[in-house]
Amino acid sequence: MVLVEAAEVARVFRECSGRAVATLTRRYRDLGLAEEAVQEAFVQALAHWPVEGLPPSPDGWIITTASRRALDHLRRESTRERRHEESQELYGPDEPTTPDEGPVIDDQLRLMFTCCHPSLSPDAQVALTLRLIAGLQTNEIARAFLVPETTMAQRLVRAKNKIRDAHIPYRVPAGEELPARLTWVLAAIYLVFNEGYVASDGEDLGRPDLANEAIRLARHVVALLPKEPEARGLLALLLLVESRRPARTAADGAMVVLAEQDRTQWDADLVAEGHALVRACLRENRPGPYQVQAAIQAVHADAARAEDTDWAQIVALYDHLLSLMPTPVVALNRAIAVAETGRVPEALALVDELALTGYHLFHATRADLLRRLGRRHEATDAYDAALRLTSNQAEARLLARRRAALAPPNG
Amino acid sequence: MNQYLLTVHSVEGQPMPPKDAMTKMYADVSAFNETMRAKGVWVFAGGLHPPSSATVVRAKDGQFILTDGPFSEAKEHVGGFWVIKAPDLDAALEWAKKASVACGGPVEVRPFQEPPAS
Repeated sequence: MVLVEAAEVARVFRECSGRAVATLTRRYRDLGLAEEAVQEAFVQALAHWPVEGLPPSPDGWIITTASRRALDHLRRESTRERRHEESQELYGPDEPTTPDEGPVIDDQLRLMFTCCHPSLSPDAQVALTLRLIAGLQTNEIARAFLVPETTMAQRLVRAKNKIRDAHIPYRVPAGEELPARLTWVLAAIYLVFNEGYVASDGEDLGRPDLANEAIRLARHVVALLPKEPEARGLLALLLLVESRRPARTAADGAMVVLAEQDRTQWDADLVAEGHALVRACLRENRPGPYQVQAAIQAVHADAARAEDTDWAQIVALYDHLLSLMPTPVVALNRAIAVAETGRVPEALALVDELALTGYHLFHATRADLLRRLGRRHEATDAYDAALRLTSNQAEARLLARRRAALAPPNG
Repeated sequence: MNQYLLTVHSVEGQPMPPKDAMTKMYADVSAFNETMRAKGVWVFAGGLHPPSSATVVRAKDGQFILTDGPFSEAKEHVGGFWVIKAPDLDAALEWAKKASVACGGPVEVRPFQEPPAS
């Protein structure tokens, strides 16, 4: 009889592998060794758990087993003997194998800052975070990012080699350095979410698995750094955006824009949690880009119908965001909000000033504004430009439908 | 303690900065070197003559072939470098930031393969 299904082992592994890799990395000061040992512990778990049942503490079991495997490797490799002794001197022998929360949390946070070190490319940061913190297998990450498994494996190996060779430290940055470095961690999580929200190419609108992983990681950072409002802001932003997933896709697979979504389909639990976090951020009053973006989403979530949206409030929040993050994409979104307050010509003038001609949403926005101003020829051209630049099929279907809905120019 | 190579690159054909700027740069780099020596970070450093002054030596079948000019066909060449001691990359990057300010250009940080024997 099978007491534990392989899928359950995989789930437990995903839950605790990040903790295990972090703990072993601290103990043995060798990320490669830690990861290998934890993988081997997982293979052992697959052999034991289905017949023996789940151990009382799966975390502890994985860490103990992985530690044993790591020590075996170290003993076998005499060149590593010295390093092992050093690590024992530094960290003391035989630490308790049941994870005790404090140090384990510190280990994971350290590892997260290592994975998101600014000296690694954003691609590598995202891949390492999913592999080492979220516990995804290399083939899962490769599938999520639509690259061959060998490509993803190489990317991970190269990044891990750089961590080892350049001696990227396992350390939570000190006080004044922390906010800047945290930005990188949050940005990596945001990239994971974005890729899950609107897949940059392919047939489906998004890959919910990646969005869920990003939310899990964001929750994790909030738990690890409860005093950082931007971490909470990011979590709130992700929850509020994710709450609309059920309403975002029409029966034909086309994307449904916010204004046309059936708001009763929004996930009320996610909205409530997001709102609570935004309120906590407001009380804290240490605003940052993620918190302001979350506040904007909260205003949308407040409106029972699209026409109830407080657009003046949203424009004000975009003004704030633009002062924190003066990018053309933020300016584009601000212009969209300006149009919604009824100032369409002003919005078009704002959009036309932006250097974003390579971005499909720039053209989609222009097309929409031109349509509302009755300038159909120009609107058609703008939809065409947007269609040429999007590689996501769900978005393309929406754009094509809007283009077709333009009444024929001058009858 | 680990060692890192900090390199400064010159781009071919790029005009030299004006004399005042050069004087200031030399003074800044020299002060930076002093700071590193005082902190026990400094191992070695040097500025190089232009790549056109380089000669490439190649051993082949017991013969030596000499060629004029830099080895790399790239447009960027190493113009100067530091070798420093640092406990980890973060510490090395802090010194690289100061180096970049002193020399007024980008600085590449690269780890040495093995820490020194001593």
